[in-house]
Amino acid sequence: MKIAVLVKQVPGSESALPLNNYQNWIEESSVTFVMNPPDNYALEEALLIKERLDEGEVVIVSMGPDRVQKVIREGLAKGADRGIHIKESPEIVKDPLLIAKSFTTVLKEENFDLVLSGLQSDDTGMGQTGVLIGEMLGASTATLAIETRLEGDHIKVKRELEAGWFQWVQLPLPASISIQSGLNTPRYPSLKGIMGAKKKVIKCISSDLASKQAQTIDKIFIPQTSKQTEVIEADVDVAVSRIVEILKSEIKVF
Amino acid sequence: MDILVVLEDSQGSLHRLSKEAIVGAQELGGKVVALAIGKHCEQIASECLSFDLENVITVNHELVSTYNADGYSNIVKTIIEANSPKIIVTGHTYQTRDFMPRVSAALDIPFIPDIISFSEGSFVKQVLNAKLNATASFSTDQVILSFQSAAFTEENITPGSCSAKAFDVNLDSSIVRSKTEDPFQEDAGDVDLESAELLVSVGRGIEKEENIPMAFELAKVLGAEVSASRPVVDSGWIDSFRQVGSSGSNVAPKLYFSLGISGAIQHVVGMKGAKAILAINKDKDAPIFEIADYAVVGNVLEIVPKLTEALKNQ
Repeated sequence: MKIAVLVKQVPGSESALPLNNYQNWIEESSVTFVMNPPDNYALEEALLIKERLDEGEVVIVSMGPDRVQKVIREGLAKGADRGIHIKESPEIVKDPLLIAKSFTTVLKEENFDLVLSGLQSDDTGMGQTGVLIGEMLGASTATLAIETRLEGDHIKVKRELEAGWFQWVQLPLPASISIQSGLNTPRYPSLKGIMGAKKKVIKCISSDLASKQAQTIDKIFIPQTSKQTEVIEADVDVAVSRIVEILKSEIKVF
Repeated sequence: MDILVVLEDSQGSLHRLSKEAIVGAQELGGKVVALAIGKHCEQIASECLSFDLENVITVNHELVSTYNADGYSNIVKTIIEANSPKIIVTGHTYQTRDFMPRVSAALDIPFIPDIISFSEGSFVKQVLNAKLNATASFSTDQVILSFQSAAFTEENITPGSCSAKAFDVNLDSSIVRSKTEDPFQEDAGDVDLESAELLVSVGRGIEKEENIPMAFELAKVLGAEVSASRPVVDSGWIDSFRQVGSSGSNVAPKLYFSLGISGAIQHVVGMKGAKAILAINKDKDAPIFEIADYAVVGNVLEIVPKLTEALKNQ
């Protein structure tokens, strides 16, 4: 079982997010980067599948400038076997189709049985790369997986639907599956793992970004709230009587 | 056809986000055609006949009687190829996220997802965990757009009249490679949050399970349903069918009364369509206050029992 895990490096949730001079993305120099949290769950699921089977290979595939080698190493320290770094620089492409084409070129040569990815990235939040790649590879696809069961030449995936509904889908391999956060408990790397990761191989490949971007991010800005909010900061009794008045005369619930 | 709106079946009726997508399509301007797929396609189409659309295409085929990504992506692809719409519009639902990228990759049409507004070829979406907004644009002849919940209001659908017409597709059974089982609920509740007029919603600020009845009592005097945020459901204090947010229900009540909910983006996307938001939270910087109409800074555990008493006397 050969499993690829697509991992993205994104700004951490506590990171500063200063706009760059062109105001079309953030100024990276003062950003703290982390592994995209949903991808961390995808990595854990890949490691669990390999451990259950007691055979196979988990390969971390990440695209981006040199800094992304840090998250590849982190994945290797957690137990992945090797890494592939699709290099891009200096500008980061944000067109999902172009990114997916770049991944597909690399993944095709490797003939993976499974491609796992997080359901979306915390930076651009396009939420489609795993499925685009699945289609481009001619693989079967499923999203929002909250449980996986490998059964011979197919995989059963429990999908989260809306409003508390779920669904089991059985996919033939190869399959590209995007993983919902929270389906497992991602491990921390052990000291032995961290030491071992230094000897593992990261293959660097130049990205194939020859074609034109079909979609671009042109500008980013701080959202303006248009809502008029009435702030009620008062004694409990005063607050209660104001709430009663609001419910009665403004929202008219009774 | 200028715009194709791909509709979604929500257990036999038209999904709320599909109605909002129709509003978005009408605002984009041009000839709008809607597409309904599956065993309920005629019911779905009949809900659209009083809207200002060119027509509604219905597709029913045994391979897509219920939703599956293989079948749906093939049908949407076929309709796009046959009609060459410039823009394909849909609600940003879990189902859209499951199959629409397949259409995008197969036809090489960019997909700009989760749009909150637009003006003149420029589409606004949230980035970096909703801390910033971005404008995105496309340079191709065709584009796929999905609109975030509450980007538009379904009441703003332009009325009119149109007719439905069935479209026969030839689907080879080899197209559907995945086997999809029937959807199920883990704890089947008979609570319909999405059509509730009033919601009292519980967050982490309720502090412990013993305090949950407080919310139910308040809901009872208001005639409201009780909902919750994910942390409360994950703690097992409230049934999962009551969860609001990206992994729960998408609600748009007349009043969303939140008790101790901080307002993480995953929650906010599921409730920001509420007509009025009344929020109680101890933390005056809680993100929920940014979208609230009324921001009560205070302790839920002190305010709610007194409020319930006061309401009983009304």
